Amino acid sequence: MTLPIDAHRLTFVDGVFSAPLSQLDGLPSGVALLPLSRALEENHEAVGGPLGRLTGVEFSPFSALNTAFTEEGAVLRLAPGTVVEKPIVLQFLSRAGEAPVMSHPRILIEAAGRSQATVIEHHIGEESAANFTNLVEEIMLDRGAILTHYKLQEAPLADLHVASIHVEQGRDSTYTSFNLNLGGSLVRTDLISELNGQGATANFYGLFYGQGRQHVDSHTLANHNAPHTYSNENYKGILDDRAHGVFNGKVVVKRDSQKIEGYQSNANLLLSDRAEIDAKPELEIYADDVKCSHGTTTGQLDEEAIFALRTRGIDRQTARGLLTLAFAGEVLGEVSLDVVAERVELAVAGKLPERFNLAGLVETAVALDDE
Amino acid sequence: MATQEMEELVRRDYKEGFVTDIESDTLPPGLDEDVIAFISNKKGEPAWMLEWRLEAYRKWLKMTPPSWAHLDYPPIDYQSISYFSAPKRDEDRPQSLDEVDPKLLETYEKLGIPLHERAALAGVAVDAVFDSVSVATTFKETLYEAGVIFCSISEAIREYPELIKQYLGTVVPVTDNYFAALNSAVFTDGSFVFVPKGVTCPMELSTYFRINAANTGQFERTLIICEEGAQVSYLEGCTAPMRDENQLHAAVVELVTLDDAYIKYSTVQNWYPGDEDGKGGIYNFVTKRGDCRGDRSRISWTQVETGSAITWKYPSCVLRGKDSIGEFYSVAVTNGRQQADTGTKMIHIGEGTRSSIISKGISAGRSNQSYRGLVKIGPRAKGARNFTQCDSLLIGDTCGAHTFPYQEIGNSTATVEHEATTSKIGEDQLFYCQSRGISEEDAVSMIVNGFCKDVFQELPMEFAVEAEALLSVTLEGAVG
Repeated sequence: MTLPIDAHRLTFVDGVFSAPLSQLDGLPSGVALLPLSRALEENHEAVGGPLGRLTGVEFSPFSALNTAFTEEGAVLRLAPGTVVEKPIVLQFLSRAGEAPVMSHPRILIEAAGRSQATVIEHHIGEESAANFTNLVEEIMLDRGAILTHYKLQEAPLADLHVASIHVEQGRDSTYTSFNLNLGGSLVRTDLISELNGQGATANFYGLFYGQGRQHVDSHTLANHNAPHTYSNENYKGILDDRAHGVFNGKVVVKRDSQKIEGYQSNANLLLSDRAEIDAKPELEIYADDVKCSHGTTTGQLDEEAIFALRTRGIDRQTARGLLTLAFAGEVLGEVSLDVVAERVELAVAGKLPERFNLAGLVETAVALDDE
Repeated sequence: MATQEMEELVRRDYKEGFVTDIESDTLPPGLDEDVIAFISNKKGEPAWMLEWRLEAYRKWLKMTPPSWAHLDYPPIDYQSISYFSAPKRDEDRPQSLDEVDPKLLETYEKLGIPLHERAALAGVAVDAVFDSVSVATTFKETLYEAGVIFCSISEAIREYPELIKQYLGTVVPVTDNYFAALNSAVFTDGSFVFVPKGVTCPMELSTYFRINAANTGQFERTLIICEEGAQVSYLEGCTAPMRDENQLHAAVVELVTLDDAYIKYSTVQNWYPGDEDGKGGIYNFVTKRGDCRGDRSRISWTQVETGSAITWKYPSCVLRGKDSIGEFYSVAVTNGRQQADTGTKMIHIGEGTRSSIISKGISAGRSNQSYRGLVKIGPRAKGARNFTQCDSLLIGDTCGAHTFPYQEIGNSTATVEHEATTSKIGEDQLFYCQSRGISEEDAVSMIVNGFCKDVFQELPMEFAVEAEALLSVTLEGAVG
């Protein structure tokens, strides 16, 4: 179930920290990675101070609920100039118990000046589990810090998942988010970045695949509060059966935030007549020297492309599957961690109707790549 | 309502003091069922129409004004508005152009409006030189021969009650929204057009003159019906800058096309936008909707919006008929402290329906402008197609431009595309023009006109010329 990757690892089972499933040995100096409860115990002021700074109880009923009930979570603090070579995995397991459990994990990441790290937040669980995860994350990037944040959500199909991610970016910092949603029955993610320092860059990449009656909702907001800030967004949605997808992206450029660039792109693929997508890419601009654009498209697979593949002896179902994978590939191509990209590719292939048998095809391709 | 009661009502209202001075026949501010009865009575409407109005009013009382728009204005006191103002009598109007506000005349000059039209626009008493009455009569005869009905909505309610009963409120239901409900209760005038089966209206219809001649109030109601295979092009010119201040304008426009019919509806809106500090100006809350009921029918909205302190307007198409087409072309310009929240709604219901949206927004000064558009594809709209492009141009660093497109797609065979850009006039573009001896102001005007070209070419010719002129007037002083 866990990602086969050499990493520093914190594991939570139904929101409760599990020491045996965690791997905290050999942390480089300048890195503090520990469960929230222990962080609060050891150093109350340093953690308690920033906690709740980026999001209060006003943001949403769910973040208020989290603030009231949070017990556990992950704290990552990077000292100035620290570069963490190995990825950091925050693993959330959802177990099938007698009764469903609601957990309110909290993640706090403080990256000091010029520090650098990759965080993989992985949500997965037992097939028959039906728990509710209500997550709040606060991420603070100081001058020149670089953080790549993978959110790989493969929760069981009956799980409910709500997350709000609040990012604060200082001068010349770079935050890159991969919001990959494959599981859960009712999923909502709010991703907000405050670009407060000149030269700050936010990259939002997203992929969601809905099936059955899944509801996947992605809200993003890039607040350009300083001049010379950049945001770039690319979200792809694939919806099958009676799934319902929502994309609401927003770029806000404050007055006097000149020379900014903000790009937004959202493409959706509907594989079934009963699937629904609601897309709302928004621009709110109060400065004139800006380059902003957004685009959104929704459509079906290109019949001509399917035909092109069929003339090469590939049956219709496989052709459809290949094209669907290619559609997802535009976002997965940005993923620099192979283990994550492959995992998602396999998951997407695995979600395609059985007759595609593309999983095998992808495995072969992956094997070929490795050689 | 019994005649006796009605008489009592009217008498009572009079007792409470109608202002019937020489200036105009105006009801005192306030809104209640008596006021609606008074309007209905004045218009000589049948009893069912009054009932319809009262029902709308009662529903309106239970509604709340919409707050989702990106607009900032103080709450409107509906009791401080007068809901009926009869036309001023000819002898009270300015008798010649000399009596008209010179600033107004200057604007007409810039717009290139012919002298006799200027007189009409300024509300100068109509004399023999410019006889709009006879103009209207000539129109009426030509139209009558073709079988087209073109008259005021009040006349239509009296003369063609069956058509009104059949169509009024079927595109924009009484309870559609707060302002539509208010309009349904108190509308005072507007136009009615009926083009029978197979007829192509022999001329472009326009409310340009009529509205001014009749000095229509702030609540117009327009209903246009095109039967099978009929066609009409309708122009709505609100180019007369209003001198009144902070007026509420809540119109409702309903269009209906049956099989193979085509309505082209063009608007050039230039209500008074308020002064440089945002004092005064029209609050323009308008509901415009077309219903493509028939197969292969088509409705096209073209609008040039340069006026009003606040614009809240979303001309929409309900694409019900198979292979029906909806189009929306818009140029909106805001300057000073104007606010505009405008766009369109394309509701795809029928198979093979197509829509395209081209929206160009130009913000200058301290204004704020939003494009808000909905593209909804229903589960039965197989093969539906939409293309949306909305571009914003910012002039100066104190204005705002926003885009809020909504897409709700429930059909995998649909193809929907949305593109939007926000930019300013490039310094290199300006430099390029200036290096060829074109002044900065002319260069800006050229670039802006080029930016709007896609929309202007959809306008009827004389309107296009006017729109271009209007654009440079509106943006005057924005560049520098």
